[in-house]
Amino acid sequence: MAPIHLAVALDGAGWHPAAWREPGARPDLLFTARYWAALARAAERGLLDLVTIEDGLGLQSGDHLAAGIDGADRRTDQVRGRLDAELVAAFVAPLTRHVGLVPTVTTTHTEPFHIASAISTLDHDSHGRAGWRVQTSARADEAAHFGRRMLPEIRRETLDTPETVAAVADLFEEAADAVEVVRRLWDSWEDDAEIRDAATNRFLDRDKIHTIDFEGRFFSVRGPGIVPRSPQGQPLVVALAHARAAYELAARAADVVFTTPQGAADIPAILGEIRAAQHAVGRTLPPLRVLADLVVVLDTDADAAHARLRRLEEHGPLRSDAAVLAGTPTALADLLESWRDEGVDGSRLRPAVLPTDLDAIVDRLVPQLQERGLFRTAYGPGTLRERFGLERPASRYAGVAA
Amino acid sequence: MILGAYFPGVNHDTVWSDPASGSHIDFASFEHWARTAERGTFDLLFLAEGLRLRTRGGQVFDQDVVGRPDTFTVLASLAAVTEHIGLAGTINSTFNEPYELARKFATLDILSGGRAAWNVVTSSDADTGENFRRGGYLGHSQRYERAGETLDAVRALWDSWGSDAVVADPASGRFLRDGHVGDFAFRGAQFDIAGRFSTPRSPQGHPVVLQAGESPAGRDFAASRSDAIFSRYQKFDEARAFYADVKARVAKVGRDPDQVKILPSASVILGDTEAEARDRHRDVRSRQVDPFTAIVLAEMVWNRDLSQVDPDGPVPELDPTPDAPKWIRGRAPLTQDAHGTAEAWRALGREHGWSLREVVTHVFDRAEFVGTPAQVAAEIDRYVQNDAVDGFILGSYVSPAGLDEVVEKVVPQLRDRGVLRDRYTGSTLREHLGLRPPAGLGEPPAAARTAS
Repeated sequence: MAPIHLAVALDGAGWHPAAWREPGARPDLLFTARYWAALARAAERGLLDLVTIEDGLGLQSGDHLAAGIDGADRRTDQVRGRLDAELVAAFVAPLTRHVGLVPTVTTTHTEPFHIASAISTLDHDSHGRAGWRVQTSARADEAAHFGRRMLPEIRRETLDTPETVAAVADLFEEAADAVEVVRRLWDSWEDDAEIRDAATNRFLDRDKIHTIDFEGRFFSVRGPGIVPRSPQGQPLVVALAHARAAYELAARAADVVFTTPQGAADIPAILGEIRAAQHAVGRTLPPLRVLADLVVVLDTDADAAHARLRRLEEHGPLRSDAAVLAGTPTALADLLESWRDEGVDGSRLRPAVLPTDLDAIVDRLVPQLQERGLFRTAYGPGTLRERFGLERPASRYAGVAA
Repeated sequence: MILGAYFPGVNHDTVWSDPASGSHIDFASFEHWARTAERGTFDLLFLAEGLRLRTRGGQVFDQDVVGRPDTFTVLASLAAVTEHIGLAGTINSTFNEPYELARKFATLDILSGGRAAWNVVTSSDADTGENFRRGGYLGHSQRYERAGETLDAVRALWDSWGSDAVVADPASGRFLRDGHVGDFAFRGAQFDIAGRFSTPRSPQGHPVVLQAGESPAGRDFAASRSDAIFSRYQKFDEARAFYADVKARVAKVGRDPDQVKILPSASVILGDTEAEARDRHRDVRSRQVDPFTAIVLAEMVWNRDLSQVDPDGPVPELDPTPDAPKWIRGRAPLTQDAHGTAEAWRALGREHGWSLREVVTHVFDRAEFVGTPAQVAAEIDRYVQNDAVDGFILGSYVSPAGLDEVVEKVVPQLRDRGVLRDRYTGSTLREHLGLRPPAGLGEPPAAARTAS
């Protein structure tokens, strides 16, 4: 069987809201360059496929479905504040050589043109290691930070109202349009557009530069882009999905989908839904690579791990979409192997506490997986796409008259 | 004195056909350039921007360097491979929103340890809007209104986190000082935004703000709001007049004139002898303004197809058509008075017996400093000592290696004169430039704090 893909999700002091209080945490360093450089280097030490970096255009909230219009919870006992994820990725790009760098950028407020330029440049700066985690934002408080659109305030009790359902469906449709625009912009320069032909005094072959002429319900973008085609051509697009609308967005737009099985038994049904979504949208890209998300609290023995989780939970529960494993690296390796056997391509681990649980993944889980023949023992050559078995696509405009 | 370096890029000044010319996209080019400038203890690096490709008569312009990477992304990557030098990005206020601008610059400032700077520009090009959600055209006055409000809103956002907002004390369980950290509200003609800002206060508090103001309104705008002004006035007398005018405007709005730095861009061409430098200058100019480029640059003024005009003949007598649809798109206009500029060019031609190409070569010559390293250093120093500038943003016609010889040959001369540092003493760009920290520590309003 194929080895597994292993990604790690980086966010603040870790996935648990009380992570910053732990002895191994560095709450004083969360907003520093060296903290993020150290996390990326640790992931690379563990030969991981990629790191994702969470982001959002509002302050974190303990439970945004319970919050009022101002975003908040006005709590002071959890991590609040973030650096821009795309710039963090750009910063760590020259400090690393192999690990994939996948920042989160929202499609709800950020201009697709800026996203295309930024991720393409990240791909140039990292020599083919850039990805983009597509995210929508249904938060009314984030919309008020921009003042350009009104979003209905969504609370847990209004999740199923027709108004909310319609608003969320629009956000997903807009996200699919945004990815389409970004992908077209990435292709708008053919690979060999820059010719530097002194004989004819032409820097560029203008026949290899294309407008994209996108017109949709939410915006229109004419193009072409401003950044020459990047090493991967199409940087890796990933999305997290829990339900049909999000699976369909992933099927239309993404290369890799993150899912949230609660156990191995859920996986066949999730894979079935993903297959159905790909069929429903008429996917023409290679089949989605599927990674299963999991929050991890790791320790050398299971009791210690459970004790750590209990200590974290004393300050309030982790509200998690993904399953939580508190246990040994061996238990985690067993679980990852069983999930792989059910058909996922790998996992995205969300360390409960940083850097503690990331170090445990790198130094204790990875060697176990390697011993079982389930994980690489060195990085191979190639780009992030190639790591996922995805070829470098030709520009969709190649051979088309400009 | 202050020294910056601009990255030679998307215009006719960059001679891409030169054998020494490298990639203007690969990060290695930017890293080479940045490390060179840092070896020369420059104050800052400077990146321009473009949000659409240039077109001429509806076709992508293919003669000059085309394409560029995303400014923020390159600067964040450069923050990782440099330690001291300031990182200035030209970022548009027309097609960006304050919340994102504030967090991008605050993040860059944090990642670089206090080295971020923003050159605020507006976009005049309605076609650029075709690439953006907001689309559409903003009139000249509205563009400045939006730029001003953008800057005010961004500064309000930067101020919404006090420098002591993050407590991060596990013992007391307090991460934030209070529950109103990040609160902001900004209302103007262009923006009505409110909520909580999400990025903590950066080392500089306010990253350095640069502007390029040339019209009287633009000069007032820059004098009242910026920390430094990027100008095109390079000739000594023009530069002195501009310097005096802007510093007076700064004083008039009640600011310390020393707290607004005036930094023209200039290109350097060196030789072992003055004669060699002059020869090289002539050669570079003839490659920068080849016959076709002369026509294109004239079209920027005439706003019509001049491809039938002989570049080696006189400046054409035919009338500019400033009100016709734009013939060249994606470049800032050269003039608000096409007829006046055309007549000035004709007068130059008559006076000197110059062809169109010779007039264009003269008008667009950015190389104020041509000579031996000692001569160039003396000339740069003369500008600084005589209140013509506070420093220069230097560039070259070769990307990215053109800065190398400036750093190897001119910088030691400037150091010998005692006008350029030989090592960095401050850590932030504000400290390099001699700019005071922003007033206050960014405390949120007391009224908001009392509610927690």
